[in-house]
Amino acid sequence: MKILVAVKRVIDYNVQIRVKEDGTGVVTDNVKMSTNPPDDNAIEEAVKIKEAGNATEVVAVTVGEEKAQETVRKALAVGADRGIHVKVDGILEPLAVSKILQKIVDKEKPDLVFMGKQAIDDDCNQTGQMLSALLNWPQATFASKIDVKDNKLEVTREIDEGLETIEINVPAIVTCDLRLNEPRYASLPNIMKAKKKPIEEIAASDLGVDVSPRLEQLKVEEPPKRKAGIKVANVAELVQKLKNEAKVI
Amino acid sequence: MAVLLIAEHNNKELRPFTLNAASAASQIDSDVHAVIIGQNTAEATKQLSELPVVKKVLSVEAAHYENFTAENFTPVIVKLAENYSHIVCSANTFGKNLMPRIAAHLDTSQVSDIIKVISPDTFLRPIYAGNAFATIKSNDAKKCVTIRPTSFDPCEISGGSAPIEKIDAGEEFSNTKFVKREEIKSDRPELGTARIVVSGGRGMQSGDNFKLITEIADKLGAAIGASRAAVDAGYISNDHQVGQTGKVVVPDLYIAIGISGAIQHLAGMKESKVIVAINKDGEAPIFSVADYGLEADLFEAIPQFMEELNKLNTIQK
Repeated sequence: MKILVAVKRVIDYNVQIRVKEDGTGVVTDNVKMSTNPPDDNAIEEAVKIKEAGNATEVVAVTVGEEKAQETVRKALAVGADRGIHVKVDGILEPLAVSKILQKIVDKEKPDLVFMGKQAIDDDCNQTGQMLSALLNWPQATFASKIDVKDNKLEVTREIDEGLETIEINVPAIVTCDLRLNEPRYASLPNIMKAKKKPIEEIAASDLGVDVSPRLEQLKVEEPPKRKAGIKVANVAELVQKLKNEAKVI
Repeated sequence: MAVLLIAEHNNKELRPFTLNAASAASQIDSDVHAVIIGQNTAEATKQLSELPVVKKVLSVEAAHYENFTAENFTPVIVKLAENYSHIVCSANTFGKNLMPRIAAHLDTSQVSDIIKVISPDTFLRPIYAGNAFATIKSNDAKKCVTIRPTSFDPCEISGGSAPIEKIDAGEEFSNTKFVKREEIKSDRPELGTARIVVSGGRGMQSGDNFKLITEIADKLGAAIGASRAAVDAGYISNDHQVGQTGKVVVPDLYIAIGISGAIQHLAGMKESKVIVAINKDGEAPIFSVADYGLEADLFEAIPQFMEELNKLNTIQK
């Protein structure tokens, strides 16, 4: 089996983002960037499946500007075999990304496509489902456990009510939850080796996909701030405040 | 053109967030139709027809809809979509799983997780775990919108009498098979709609210690929440997780115990009306959003908290 894993470069999850004063977006200059966290789980799972002898190749793909390639290089350092960088400037909507990924799937013919369930920048939670729609493949979203069984996967999904298990035939899309696994760190020798692994660069414009935006971001603003609270001295004071001041208990 | 609301239900009855989604849909256009797809949904369909904001109900029943598989639902909704300007459902795991599949078939750029309807084509939505709000205008002819349920009040549940129209079922998608669902049944209020939420974090140190949280929750008639760290550590099941990738809650009272307050957790609870934080680290970020902070060892504070609650003559439920 061949697994394609899509990864996205986002502002690091530990960074407290700042909204630009002109309301056009958030500050990204000189801000630490990383791979979208659940995309790390997607790579880890693909590599584990390959190590278990159930996959022959893991290909990491990203869609984005020049520096997005760092995320592919990181995937190569933790076990992906080769990379694809679809180059495009600016921010694409999930619909456009899924159309680009569809072209890559047509070309690479993977049996499985993995990616994170949600990107932590735009919080859209769309791309995997959209790609599976375009391909008319089964989708297993929010996966916290994957069992490979011949040409099927049994996937446990995290849903609001608890857990759901589904069985999907390959080819299929899986979007990964943070609880799927514990992503490994790249060792120094593997980081060095990853530098020699091939990354194919493709211009998005060569794929014949309409990526023009459908949405206009009119404004980005700070959310309303909470007014500062107080520290209470002890539990008795806390309960008294909740009862008599906030009147919530 | 009217707005099409996708009803969420468990085949027997409507799930509560359908009411919030119906409210949001009615803010886009007063002409709201609702589609209910399932198996043996007579009672839920009746409930839907009684919502005053719903003007027409479309009911689709077949065995392959019993488990809400997105691959089966999608063609039904895509076919109906030609008569509607907007498709709307909740941005919970049901809607998150389903709506993008519909949107891609309609060649529409979905607007996810809106918290406000500004106009029929313009919406407010949180990005970066709620650390910024974006105003988004959709230029697609047909709009697919998921709504954050806790940002819209539930609609009235009685007084309506919308006509119910039966629609033919679509084909079954054979490459996805439902195996099982493990729902955690509880007599407590649902986390997403509870008036009070008591949450525990890594500071609880073990699943056993979550009993302390349970006792307080029982006393207050509250739902139980958890930080991702507590779920990852196996202290409690995933359906309790509050945060950017878990549930968003907006209770009247949120009590965070042993939770440091990572950005990702704050994303799920900082709109709560009153926030209490109990943590022994006075520098923990949770205190920056807390109305009432108590710097204390939770293993001493929780028993005292129970004691103080027991002294009260009455507790609001």
